Amino acid sequence: MVDSPREAFGKTLVELAREDARIVALDADLASSTRMVYFAEEFPERFFQLGIAEQNMVGVAAGMALAGKIPFAGSFAVFTSRRAADQVAISVAHAGLNVKLVGAYPGIVSGNNGATHQAMEDIAIMRGIPHMVVLDPADDIEMAGAVRAAVAYNGPVYLRSTRDAWPRVCPEDYKFEIGKALRVRDGKDLTLIGCGMMTSQCALAADLLAKEGISARVVNMATLKPIDMNAIVSAARETGAIVTAENHNIYGGLGGAVAEVLVEHAPVPMKRIGILDCYGECGRNPDLLAKYKMSVADIVAAAKEVLQRKK
Amino acid sequence: MSSLTQSELQQLQDTARCIRGHIVRTISHAGVGHPGGSLSATDILTTLYFHVMNVDPKNPNMPERDRFVLSKGHGAVGLYSTLAERGFFPAEQLKSFGCIDSILQVHPDMHLLPGVEISTGALGQGISVAVGLALAGKLDKAPWRVYCVVGDGESQEGQVWEAAESAAQFGLDNLTVILDNNGVQLMGKTDEVMRMEPQVDKWRAFNWNVIDVDGHDIAALAAAFDLAQTVKGKPTVLVARTVKGKGVSFMEGKSAWHGKSPDAEQLAQALQELGCEA
Repeated sequence: MVDSPREAFGKTLVELAREDARIVALDADLASSTRMVYFAEEFPERFFQLGIAEQNMVGVAAGMALAGKIPFAGSFAVFTSRRAADQVAISVAHAGLNVKLVGAYPGIVSGNNGATHQAMEDIAIMRGIPHMVVLDPADDIEMAGAVRAAVAYNGPVYLRSTRDAWPRVCPEDYKFEIGKALRVRDGKDLTLIGCGMMTSQCALAADLLAKEGISARVVNMATLKPIDMNAIVSAARETGAIVTAENHNIYGGLGGAVAEVLVEHAPVPMKRIGILDCYGECGRNPDLLAKYKMSVADIVAAAKEVLQRKK
Repeated sequence: MSSLTQSELQQLQDTARCIRGHIVRTISHAGVGHPGGSLSATDILTTLYFHVMNVDPKNPNMPERDRFVLSKGHGAVGLYSTLAERGFFPAEQLKSFGCIDSILQVHPDMHLLPGVEISTGALGQGISVAVGLALAGKLDKAPWRVYCVVGDGESQEGQVWEAAESAAQFGLDNLTVILDNNGVQLMGKTDEVMRMEPQVDKWRAFNWNVIDVDGHDIAALAAAFDLAQTVKGKPTVLVARTVKGKGVSFMEGKSAWHGKSPDAEQLAQALQELGCEA
């Protein structure tokens, strides 16, 4: 059975906490949503409820890291990134502390909560903060690996945790590494680079393209920072065109990061799929993806457009 | 009521005077820095570093040390002058304050200066870190305590009160906050910029053990810190009545001296009033 990324987050955190007593969890009254509640049930003495006060939660996490703990501080992505941005930058990142920040329900597919709860800019905020590692795992398998890698890595990490289960893209035996992209599918005509739940949409788009005789490589770029430059450059050199797809504003996220690498190392035709610099609304996930031009059909159309430009 | 002998008190008062001398000399030399809020906190820092806290300048990272957080990070020169006087680094180095490559940044940097637990300057953030330290200390049943100086202007930040509610919720009796209640901030009197009084009532309402104290009476401060250690199940705040620019007549109570450097003539007068060498 495919778990949602948040489910995998909650379960993996408990597994790791059984092995490592330094792990503590901090919540801002959303543990049932983030699935940190599993940790709270098994390790009540290491779980800290900070109430609806995200700025303080991030600062308290910094203090606990200073004293040798490995704190996971979780809230919705809008609050972890926007509300607590200065605390993340100064108390955590400038301080270089070993805090793991969890941004749950990121992007437009945020559990039908509407615009106030849709983080369009969390990747951009976190990427802009020096030393921050930024992760957007695609599925439950990758989330389990990402949580493990975050604990093994000594430093600040921002981890996006998607609410719902989307089609799985990672193999069962996949070993996640920070900074290393996963080639989900091989192809020679162009490359679809996705992150988070959008990688699954890229894989579905590649299926449709294949039916039309177009061979699309699919790369899953779960680490937004430090980004896997080699995977991007080789995709450009070997397939000659790139489409990015992200559950985030097209400014400052995956598309921007890939474009930065391409213009400096291997410019090729490229198009970005993502939130087109706007705020969202309520709705079912498929309706949101369709209305905001992030559907499989939009990825297919973008692929054809860059192929046209490649000629 | 004080745990200090008369000669200990005299010694601490002398130390505070030396530290005030370092403060005005350092800021005058650098042409940058915050004299008002450094001078208002001097007696608090002196009492902490020379009487209350378990610290070792030769071993600034010793695990059992008490932790200090200067949440009002712009009071950096006050902290540096105290650390220098306590032997963490040579006082001569105060001359590098604010210069490129200096370990003495205008706001304290934990990566550069041994003895600084956490970088501060973004107001409201230090107290949350102090709460986190105290929480971790509780979890580990550690013997050390956490001390955190907050400014009254700083307490306009909502995060201070988020931190306050959480410290009380977790019963952090290993945490002592000292509110440097000097009543003045950059743009004027705190009461006029954004009134925060009554501070004693506010902290009490947030379920803290509150001690109202003269922040320039070292004997009273020492007694208050002693008392804080005996209180169980609650964090303690010393609401310290202080004077911005304390000890230098033309700086006292003046918002103009929040972040201004004295010229040579003003420095000479300041040192004379303080009873320090030029």
